[in-house]
Amino acid sequence: MGYVAVTGGQEAIEASIELLKEYRAKGCQELDIQVVRDRMALLIDRIMSEAGLYAPDYAALALKQCEGSPEEAVFLLRAYRSTLQRNYVSKTVSGEDMHIRRRISSAFKDIPGGQMLGATYDYVHRLLDFSLKNEKEEELEAWRDSFVQSHAQNEYVTLSDTAPRVLDLLRAEGLLEDVEEDTSEPCDVTMEKLPLPAPRSAILQTLTRADTGFVSGLAYSDIRGFGMSHPTIGELRYGKLSIEVVYPLDEEESWYVGDICVTEVEGLMGERPDKSGIGVGYGCVFGRNDTKAIAMAVLDHALTLDIDSPTSDMEFVLLHGDCLEMNGFISHLKLPHYVTFQSKLDSLRHRKKEGNWK
Amino acid sequence: MNQRVGEVQSTDYNFAFLDEGSKREIRRSVLKAVAIPGYQVPFGSRELPIGRGWGTGGIQLTMSLIGPKDVLKVIDQGNDDSVNAVSIKKLICATTGVETTTDTAEADIIQSRHRIPEEPLREDQVLVLQVPNPEPLRGVSPHEEVTRQLHGDAEYTGIWVNLFEQLLKKGTPFRGAAHPVMANHRYIMSPSPIPRYDNPKRNQAKCLYLLGAGREKKIYAVPPYTDVESLAFEDYPFRREDMSGRKCRICGAENVYFDEIYDAEKGEHYYQCSDTGYCQKRRRQQEEQGEEKHE
Repeated sequence: MGYVAVTGGQEAIEASIELLKEYRAKGCQELDIQVVRDRMALLIDRIMSEAGLYAPDYAALALKQCEGSPEEAVFLLRAYRSTLQRNYVSKTVSGEDMHIRRRISSAFKDIPGGQMLGATYDYVHRLLDFSLKNEKEEELEAWRDSFVQSHAQNEYVTLSDTAPRVLDLLRAEGLLEDVEEDTSEPCDVTMEKLPLPAPRSAILQTLTRADTGFVSGLAYSDIRGFGMSHPTIGELRYGKLSIEVVYPLDEEESWYVGDICVTEVEGLMGERPDKSGIGVGYGCVFGRNDTKAIAMAVLDHALTLDIDSPTSDMEFVLLHGDCLEMNGFISHLKLPHYVTFQSKLDSLRHRKKEGNWK
Repeated sequence: MNQRVGEVQSTDYNFAFLDEGSKREIRRSVLKAVAIPGYQVPFGSRELPIGRGWGTGGIQLTMSLIGPKDVLKVIDQGNDDSVNAVSIKKLICATTGVETTTDTAEADIIQSRHRIPEEPLREDQVLVLQVPNPEPLRGVSPHEEVTRQLHGDAEYTGIWVNLFEQLLKKGTPFRGAAHPVMANHRYIMSPSPIPRYDNPKRNQAKCLYLLGAGREKKIYAVPPYTDVESLAFEDYPFRREDMSGRKCRICGAENVYFDEIYDAEKGEHYYQCSDTGYCQKRRRQQEEQGEEKHE
């Protein structure tokens, strides 16, 4: 046995990184980043949402780099974002201006502007489609052409591109809780430590960036009985929002900088305990992710309640759902703890010697 | 060039990775921390290429302070060659090009996890400690809002009661590592998970201690020549880990903190310095003296 028990960190790390590359390079098919971006679009959406960075190409690159691990891909995007200067803040954009590609309500059959199912896996039977094993790109291309053509003929004439919100009807009738408009400067949790109690802007930002599984699990616990929500989806819409920034030389002018796709949910969460009306929860996440947006709406509302439920405990909900924080802290347990464990041992041995233990 | 995964091409990134605005913001928080010893200053912790919980608070402190001429030492559990220390050093060096050392005396900035070096530090040195759980009152309340209020009011009954309860249940009021201390007679603070052995080194120390918790987004500090007292009771005075009767099998040092190594073949316990830089230095000195004798 050599003199030093555990050493050679440098070589071990280098060998480990080399081995990672071997894992990544398995098989013989080159993985094109565009293919990842276009054909794994829902995964890209999830990565961008949890990273808080709308960058499909970088998300695809990250996924390629880390063998498709969502946890690692989010990590890569977040670390990259830390190095970027922030030159502009975008102008406020309203969900009402969304170019809608999907819009449903489980509260009303008939809504102004109409329901539009859009693309959803909800009504697909989840049967493995073995024909995809040998799918030919030429066949797909032919299918795409015919789809575009038939679509051009049956354009959804009756449906509007943008629409007012369903909840405005209920609000006009005075059935919803009154919420004052908050025009204060929003908090940015990426630039400061989350203030507690957190203002609503910080709550929403934290939830939209949170891990999808965490948010969904907590919301599930809430509606299953650990909380008090009985949600009905007033409206769920998915579509494109145009992002603009103020032209630096003329505040009246704006620059259009691009589109982002988001899923937005307004949930009717049941009567408020103080009889002030129906409580509303709001969810909005990057990309197509119905479940996360609904779960976010559930938690947004649960956090306004003063009840003894884990989902109404602000610090419990907001401090444990960040992908990097939770995975970082759990994975740090793999680091050596020789010194601290030695200290624990000392304490136990001391107690044993004094007859205080075992 | 065949670039490896995770290897930084220094030209792709700013000096010390973070943009200058972020570094300045962190230094402002440091100034506040230095002005109020032991007070946890919240800051806008940035995400780094290294895991949250893996020393990102310490790295952000080091990154915000380091200059091109500084010499850096990074240790993990006292060990310069531990995998995470190597990984941190690699990131800082790749983005700054600074020199590193294993000799405590040669370093301007020392970043450490779980240990304070055996060699006393000087006034011109900074010790940066990585902190997983900066809140010593977390055992009193899991809620940040509550613990912040308790610190504000200097209402420390809860933690004293906890220590007393522990004394009744376990026969000792002392935690393993991270036994809390009182800084400058005002704020109870977590010394980071260093063994109790290292706690007294901080009292009236000559160097600046900076503590960073990246995941928890807090920075705190102990400026030079500050009173730092480990919490203890009058009839249960503070006790360090018992290292008596142990001797480093490499350099022969006594009265330092030891790693314990078990030789399964012989069924024996061995001890060696947890501070590997200190151990190497002693070995080197012994060899030099040995050579002198031969001459």
